[in-house]
This record gives sequence, C-alpha cells and structure tokens, in this order.
Amino acid sequence: MSKIDELFAQLKSQNKKALMPFITAGDPDLESTAKLITAFDELGCHICEVGIPYSDPIADGPIIQASYTRALNQGITVDAILQTLESCAPRVSLPMVTMVSYAIIYRIGLQEYVRDVVQKGVSGIIVPDLPVEEAASLAKICRQHDLSLIQLVTPTTTRERAKRILETSTGFVYYVSVTGITGERTALPTDIVENVTWLRENGDLPVCIGFGISEPEHVKRLSPVSDGLIVGSAIVRRVTGCEDKSQLIPEVTKFVKTLLDAME
Amino acid sequence: MASISQTEFSNVPDQFGRFGDFGGRFVPETLTHALNQLETEYNKSKDDPEFVAELNSLWADFVGRPSPLYFAKRLTEKVGGAQIWMKREDTNHTGAHKINNTLGQALLTLRMGKTRVICETGAGQHGVATATACARFGLPCVVYMGEEDVRRQAPNVRSIKLLGAEIRPVTSGSRTLRDAINEAMRDWMSSVNDTHYIIGSVVGPHPFPMIVRDFQSIIGQETITQSRAKFGRLPDTVIACVGGGSNAAGMFYPFVDFPEVELVGIEAGGLGSKPGQHASPLSFGQPGVLHGSFSYVMQDNDGQTCDVHSASAGLDYPGVGPEHSYWKDTGRVRYTDCQDGDALAGFYELARTEGILPALESSHAISAAMKIAAEKSPDEIVVVCLSGRGDKDAAEIERLQNEMAND
Repeated sequence: MSKIDELFAQLKSQNKKALMPFITAGDPDLESTAKLITAFDELGCHICEVGIPYSDPIADGPIIQASYTRALNQGITVDAILQTLESCAPRVSLPMVTMVSYAIIYRIGLQEYVRDVVQKGVSGIIVPDLPVEEAASLAKICRQHDLSLIQLVTPTTTRERAKRILETSTGFVYYVSVTGITGERTALPTDIVENVTWLRENGDLPVCIGFGISEPEHVKRLSPVSDGLIVGSAIVRRVTGCEDKSQLIPEVTKFVKTLLDAME
Repeated sequence: MASISQTEFSNVPDQFGRFGDFGGRFVPETLTHALNQLETEYNKSKDDPEFVAELNSLWADFVGRPSPLYFAKRLTEKVGGAQIWMKREDTNHTGAHKINNTLGQALLTLRMGKTRVICETGAGQHGVATATACARFGLPCVVYMGEEDVRRQAPNVRSIKLLGAEIRPVTSGSRTLRDAINEAMRDWMSSVNDTHYIIGSVVGPHPFPMIVRDFQSIIGQETITQSRAKFGRLPDTVIACVGGGSNAAGMFYPFVDFPEVELVGIEAGGLGSKPGQHASPLSFGQPGVLHGSFSYVMQDNDGQTCDVHSASAGLDYPGVGPEHSYWKDTGRVRYTDCQDGDALAGFYELARTEGILPALESSHAISAAMKIAAEKSPDEIVVVCLSGRGDKDAAEIERLQNEMAND
C-alpha cells in the first residue's frame, strides 16, 4: 500500500475529499518550491503535485508552459528537483507526486527514474503523455517499488478504454474535466459528474478531477461527486504573478485556503 | 545491427505503430480516440476503390502527376561520375511533394466527418499544400508556423493567406517547426472532436508516420516505373534530404525490399557537428520521445529537447520519423549530413547548370548527390529526390549570401 492508498483510505473513513495543489518545480526557484510544499502541508492540503518542467509540453496551456520555460531557462535539472523534494519529505506528511513527461523518464531510464523518486520520498507519478497501451513496462517497475502510477481518463476516452485504465492505474484515477489543455476556465463541461460517477462505480480506485478547476465555486460543486480535486494553472498563475518574493507564500496560501474552505 | 530478411523491411509498422523499436504513440489520453478513429478510417479507405480512384484522379489532374524523372545532363558532365537523375517533385502543383499527402488526408478528413483542419509548417510548403487542399474541399484551415519561419519563408506565408487559410505565428521556444507542432497539438487537444490535424511529415504518433509515408510513396513507385522504362533497371543509388523525413520516406519505402538499390538520407548539417549547430538527430542524436513518437532525437541528459539549427526551415527540426530510425538501425538506409554552405553551393550549381531553382531543403540532397556521383562510374545511376522548388528561398538565400560575405 503506497502512501497515497493510505491517504485515500483515511479520507474515505472520514468522508473527506482530497485537495491537490499543483506547482511547477523551480518556478520561481527551488527554494520557493520547497517552501510552497511545506506551506501546503501546513494548510492541510492532501497531496502536492509537482510538475517537472519539460521543453515540449503539449498537454499544457500558456500558464504552465510559461512556468516550465522559466524554470528551464534557469538551468533547472531533474536531479536538483529531486534533491529539493528529498529535503521536503521528512518535514511534510502530504504525499508528493511528480507530473513528468515520458520523454524525461525514458531518457533518464525507467528503472533509474522510479528508483530515484522513491528514494527521495515521492509517492506517485503522473505521466501525461503515456497512454495505457504504452504503459506496461513502467507500470511493472512502479508496482515493484510501490510507486503509484496515476493514469488519466478524459471525456474522449471510451468506456472500454476507461475500464482498462481503471484496472492498471494505481493510487487514483485522474479525470481530465475538459477536452483540452491545462488552464483556468469559468465554465466546466456538464458531463463531468456523469463520467466521474461512472468511473467510481466501475472501479475500486479513488477518482480525482483536474484541468480547469480554478475557483472555490468549482470546488464546492465537484468535491461531493469525486474523491479529490487538482488545481494547477490557478495556483501557478499566482506564483508567476507575484513580483515580491516575500509575498509569494502568503498570497498563494491565501488562495489555496479559499479552496480548502470550499471543501468543508 | 539487427538481422532482417529483405522482404521484412516493408512489413512495418506493426499494429502498435512500431517500426522495430521505434514509433508508437506517446500522447495525452485526450488524443487517443482521434488517433484510433483516423487509423480505422485510413485502413478502411486505403482498400476502398472509390477512395483510391479519387486520390489518383486528384494526383493526376490537380497535382500534375506523374512528376518527371529528369536527366541532369550538364550537372552530370560537370561532376564527371555517375548519371544524375532528378525526381521532379518541384513540378507538382504548389511546388513540392507535400501536396501528395495533404490531398490524401483532406479526403480522410471528409470521410471522418470532420469540418476543420489544422496543420504545422516549417518551410511553409506543407502550409501551402494544406491550405490548397482545404480550399479545394471547402474546409476551414489554420496553419501554425514558427515566427522565425514566418520571417524566412515569407512568400509561402503570403500564399497561405491568399488561399484563405489563417496563419498563427508561434512565439514559444525556438519559434520554428518544433514549436509549430507543439501549438498544433495543443489546438488539437481542444478541437479534436471536429478537427483533423494534417501532419506534414512522417513524424508524430501512430498512425501518422504510416499514413504520410503511404501517401508519399507515390514518389518512389513512380521512380521505379520510370526507371524501368528509361534504364530497363532500378537505379544504383537513391538520395533524399531528411528533416522529419517525408519526401525521403516516400522515395525510399518502395525501394526497401530491393537490396541492390543503395539508399542515402541527407540530414541538415547546419554549421557544424557541435550540439546546437545542426539538425541531424540520426547522425548525432539518440533514441528518445518527442511529439508522440519514439525515434532518434536531439535531447539533453534530462530528456529536454535541444535547440537545433539549419539554414533551411524545412529541415530545422530536432526529431525524425520513426521509420528512418528503424532504417538507420537496421542499416537499410545510410544517413549522412550536408552543411548549410554546401547546400547553398548545391542550390547555385543546379540553378546555373540546369536552370532549376531547388528548395533549400532539396539542395542538401543535390549537394550530397554530386559528391556521391563523383565517386561512381558513368554507367551507374543516381536518382535524387528534388522535393521542392526554391522560389520561396530566393530572398533568404540572398540574405545568407550577404551574411557569409560579411563574415
């Protein structure tokens, strides 16, 4: 049982839902990344999703793309990011998950990447460009190391494929709320509830919703029908927009607190 | 090197889109459904006599196929080696091989009931060819093009607009072909239900590398027929330039099961062999994942795509089609590179000895062909794929000449 499985078992027994903030590693710098993770933990967030910057992120909208570019322009490396996560691990109770392109995992080596992140205290990985057909080798290695391999289901996924993804995903299933790229949206599609309900009824895994969730109102509406929510661009935009570094943590935590409050 | 019997070379990809180890489908889940839909429609259409007849008729009457196989007599005399013949894809409507593929994919778009088309373009030839096919079938079309390429291929930008398509300049990253593909993919992530992405090369997730290769294979098939008619045999050597690799794949694929024919792919050697100076992943890169497919790529140790350089916008790309990686590793095709300066010299040579302005991309193959032919005897036959015409490059070549003169 990974740390993520334990978390969701506990949340379920308390009839609670998970809030998962996403941040880009190294944006604006790794010191801030470490501070943000610690702050999310202290606030009572349940999982922190850490984006490993990638040069060609086709699933990401302008906000996360720009944050990746900024981090990469500073010469950030996977090694330095994992060292930062390692320094956070003993200080936080929330599981950390890396969002990482398969291009990066393949280049580093599947075995090596999984072994490294587990050693540094990471509990799960999300590989947004690795569909279920291509995931077998990585899934096997993740199982051996008890690292959750969180897979995605989208509005364009057929029910037949969704069943297969439910069978091979571990930790939770990431339901992508929109047909599109990451980014804030005011209106979210109406088929979310139907699709998430179907996924929860047809598998044993928790189902969490991400992409587009950016307002307390979204959280209020979607947390009752899911097991957790992921908020990315709305947080990254606040990190990016903060020009005075001393205000970064207060400003971001203030926003994340409004999301947590909306879950109550 | 894997040992492969000759008949197996053409028997790729497998059902997972794998050419040996290369290819596959590394894309967000959102796109999977559309790729399955495209694969199903293509497999149905390619054996449908009605589809085949319609495409053949467009190729003949709209494109002007077959394109000539032309003997470059004065160039041959000047080089003093093997006979140099040119497969004249530059004579196609819109001036390059790209139209072969865009017409095929436009027909598939209609068959899938999709109502909008997007594409990427580097040199602008694929943008023009897609805009042309879309105008011909009344489909709205958006062309993503890196800002740097918008500058250096201005004549094609004008044509794309005149054909009624919308140009969206891409300002992210290196502002070239790679970034144009990223933006087109992002558009497709949101528009996939009603939009088809007409990818312009043998790159991207399965089934694109297979579909584009098949539509471009008319180049090699005609070359075989024309060679038999003109020489009574196949050529000794066939040469094509490789960026993503669509003209080369279309030229080579029909030849892969003829071991007597030597196949040579020419990558963009840019300014030199140091990282960042060239766009030659097959010569200097290693296997990795980019744009949905596993193939040779220029990456750093973390898997981040490296910036590359070529004077020619169409070859200025850090990746290459997976089938080329397969041909490289099996040894079926030999890959080498040609630098900017040599390509420019090839351009002038063909212009002044044969009266043909070749595209800067094709000039790489011409320059290499001259070197290869020089080492061979006059009874040997070298065929070069002259993939496109060079009108689009005239201003950029003038600028490059001045730049070199000032250095």
